Amino acid sequence: MLEPQPIVAHQFDDLAQQREADHLGMWLFLVTEVMFFGVLFTAYTLYRATSPHAFAAASRHLNVTLGTINTAVLLCSSLSMAFAVHAAEQGHRRRLMQCLLLTAGLGLLFLGIKAVEYYEEYREQLVPALNFTTGEPHADKIQLFFVLYFTMTGLHALHLTIGIGLVTLLLILAWRGRLTDEHHIPVDLIGLYWHFVDIVWVFVYPLLYLIDRRH
Amino acid sequence: MNEKLRSASPRTYITVWATLMLLLLLTFGTAYVNLGPFNTVVALVIALVKALLIILFFMHVRYSSRLTWIFAGAGFIWLIIMLGLTMNDYLTRNLAGFPGW
Repeated sequence: MLEPQPIVAHQFDDLAQQREADHLGMWLFLVTEVMFFGVLFTAYTLYRATSPHAFAAASRHLNVTLGTINTAVLLCSSLSMAFAVHAAEQGHRRRLMQCLLLTAGLGLLFLGIKAVEYYEEYREQLVPALNFTTGEPHADKIQLFFVLYFTMTGLHALHLTIGIGLVTLLLILAWRGRLTDEHHIPVDLIGLYWHFVDIVWVFVYPLLYLIDRRH
Repeated sequence: MNEKLRSASPRTYITVWATLMLLLLLTFGTAYVNLGPFNTVVALVIALVKALLIILFFMHVRYSSRLTWIFAGAGFIWLIIMLGLTMNDYLTRNLAGFPGW
C-alpha cells in the first residue's frame, strides 16, 4: 500500500515522453471541448447576425458590473493555478496547497457571483421556459438571447464546478504527499483544463455582456 | 531534457496576469465608446489577445513541442471551419434568391 508507484509507466521510454503523451491527451480532450462550446458560439453568431437589435437590447439587461468582476475573479484564479503548477514543478508542497486552495476559492466566488446574477435575472423575469416576460419589441429574439445566455453560462458554470472538484482532488493528493517534483502531471493537466474554462469565459464575457453599452 | 527549463517564471506569470487585467479594463471601457461596427471587432480582438496570452504562457504552449502547437491550433482551425461554413450558408441564402428562414 505504501510502496511508491513506478513513476514511468512501462509503455514509455522515459519521464519526458510520458509527460508529452499525457499533455497531448489533455490537449486532444480540450480540442473536443472547443468544438463543444464552439457549437454554442456558432449558434450565437448566427442569431446575433440575423437579429442584432434584439441581441443588443437583451444584452443591456445583464449586470455588466458583476460580469466584469467575475471575469477578473477568473483571471486571478488562472494566475493562482499557474502558480500552483509552478510550485508543483519545484516540489514546494505547502505553496502548492495554498495555491490550489486559493484557486478553488476563487472558483467558488465566481459561482457565487453568478448565482446572484441568475437570481436577479429570475426576479426580472428573464428566464426562458420559467418566467420570461417582456414588453419590448422582438420579444422572441430577446428570449432566444436568454436561452443562449443561460445555456452558455450554465455549461461554463458546470465546467467550473467540475474544475473545482478536480482542484479539490489535487489538494487531497498533495496533502497525502502523492505529488512530488518528479510526479506532478495531474497538476499540469488539471491546470490546462482550468485555463481552458477561463478562455471560454474570456469570449463569453464580451459577447454576452458588452454587445451594446453605448446608450 | 531539463524539466525546469520548460516552464515560465513567476515574474512572467505576474506580467501576463497584469496584461490580462489591463485588457479586461480596456474591453470594458471601449464598450461604452461609440465606435460603430468596430465595437464588436475591438471586443473580439481583445478577447483573442487574452486567449492567446493564456494559451502561450499559462498553458505553456510557448514552451511546448511543435506537436502541442498543432493540437492547440487544430481546435481553432476546426472552429473556424464550423463558423465559416455555417455563416457562409446562412448569410448568402438571400443572395441566391432562395427563401429565407
